[in-house]
Amino acid sequence: MNTMTEAAYLADKTNWQADDHAHHDTGDNTIFGFWIYLMTDCLLFASVFATYAVLFMNTAGGVSGRDIFELDYVAIETAALLLSSITYGFAMIGAHKQNRATTLGWLLVTFALGAVFIGMEVNEFHHLIAEGNGPSRSAFLSSFFALVGMHGLHVTAGLIWMAVMMLEVVKRGLGNQTVTRLSCLSLFWHFLDIVWVCVFSVVYLMGVL
Amino acid sequence: MSSHASNAHEMDHGSVRSYLVGFVLSVVLTALPFWAIMTGQFEKSTAIPLVVTMAVIQVIVHLKYFLHLDFTPAGKANTFTFLFTALIIVMVVGLSVWIIYSANAMMMY
Repeated sequence: MNTMTEAAYLADKTNWQADDHAHHDTGDNTIFGFWIYLMTDCLLFASVFATYAVLFMNTAGGVSGRDIFELDYVAIETAALLLSSITYGFAMIGAHKQNRATTLGWLLVTFALGAVFIGMEVNEFHHLIAEGNGPSRSAFLSSFFALVGMHGLHVTAGLIWMAVMMLEVVKRGLGNQTVTRLSCLSLFWHFLDIVWVCVFSVVYLMGVL
Repeated sequence: MSSHASNAHEMDHGSVRSYLVGFVLSVVLTALPFWAIMTGQFEKSTAIPLVVTMAVIQVIVHLKYFLHLDFTPAGKANTFTFLFTALIIVMVVGLSVWIIYSANAMMMY
C-alpha cells in the first residue's frame, strides 16, 4: 500500500515535471523561433521601405502622395489597427488566466477590427486603380502598392490565422500548445502594428508634406 | 502550477494596466503627428523631424508594452536579436537612401 502510493506519487511527480518542462522549454523555444522569423520579416519590410524611399519621387508625370492620400481615412485605419493591438493583449491575458470565453470574445473583437482595416485598405486600392493610378502607372505607385500591399497581405494572413485559432480554442480549450500558438500570433499581430506605425509615418504623413 | 509561477507569467506577458499604459501612449504618439500634419501647423523642416521622432518613440513603446522586450535573463535573447536586426535595418535603409540620393544629386549636374 505504502509502496503503491509512493510509486504513484513518483509517477505523478515525473509526469508533472515532464509537463512543466514541456511547457517551459518547448513553448518558449517555439516562441523564440517565431521571434527570429519575425526579425527576418522585419528585414523584408526594411528592404521594401528602402525601395519606397528611393522611388517615391519618380511619379512619371502622374499623381504624387499629396494628390492621393487622404489623412482622415488613414487615421481611421490606424485607429482600428491600434485598438486591435490592445484587444489582442486582453485576449492573451484571458488565455493565461485559462478563461475561454474572455479569450474568444477579445479575439473576435480583434478579428473585427483587423477586418475593418483590411476592408478600408482594399477600398482605397480599388479607388486608386479605378482612377487609373494602379501600380503600373509610375515607380512611385509600384513601390507604394508593394509596401502597403505587403503589409495588408500580412494582416490578411494574421486574420486567417486568428480565425483558425478561434476554432482551436472552441474545440480544444486553452492547453499549453494552444496558448503557445496564441503567443506567436500575438507577436505577429503586434509586430504588424509596429510596421504600420512606420508606414503611416513615412508613406502617408511625410507623403502629403 | 503554483500561484507563484502564474504571477511570473503575468509579468512576462503583461497586465491589463501595462497594456492600457502602452495603448494611451501610442494613441498620443499617433494623434500628435497626424494633428501636426493635418492642420499644417509646421514648416516641412520642423514637421519631418517631428514625425520621425514620434514614430521612433512609438515603436519603442510598442516593443516595451506590447511585445514585452526587456533585459531580464528570460527576455534578453529576444531583445538582442531585435537590436541586431535594427542595426542591419539602419544599414540597409540608411545606406541605400544615402547612395541613391547622392547619385541623384550628382546626375543633376
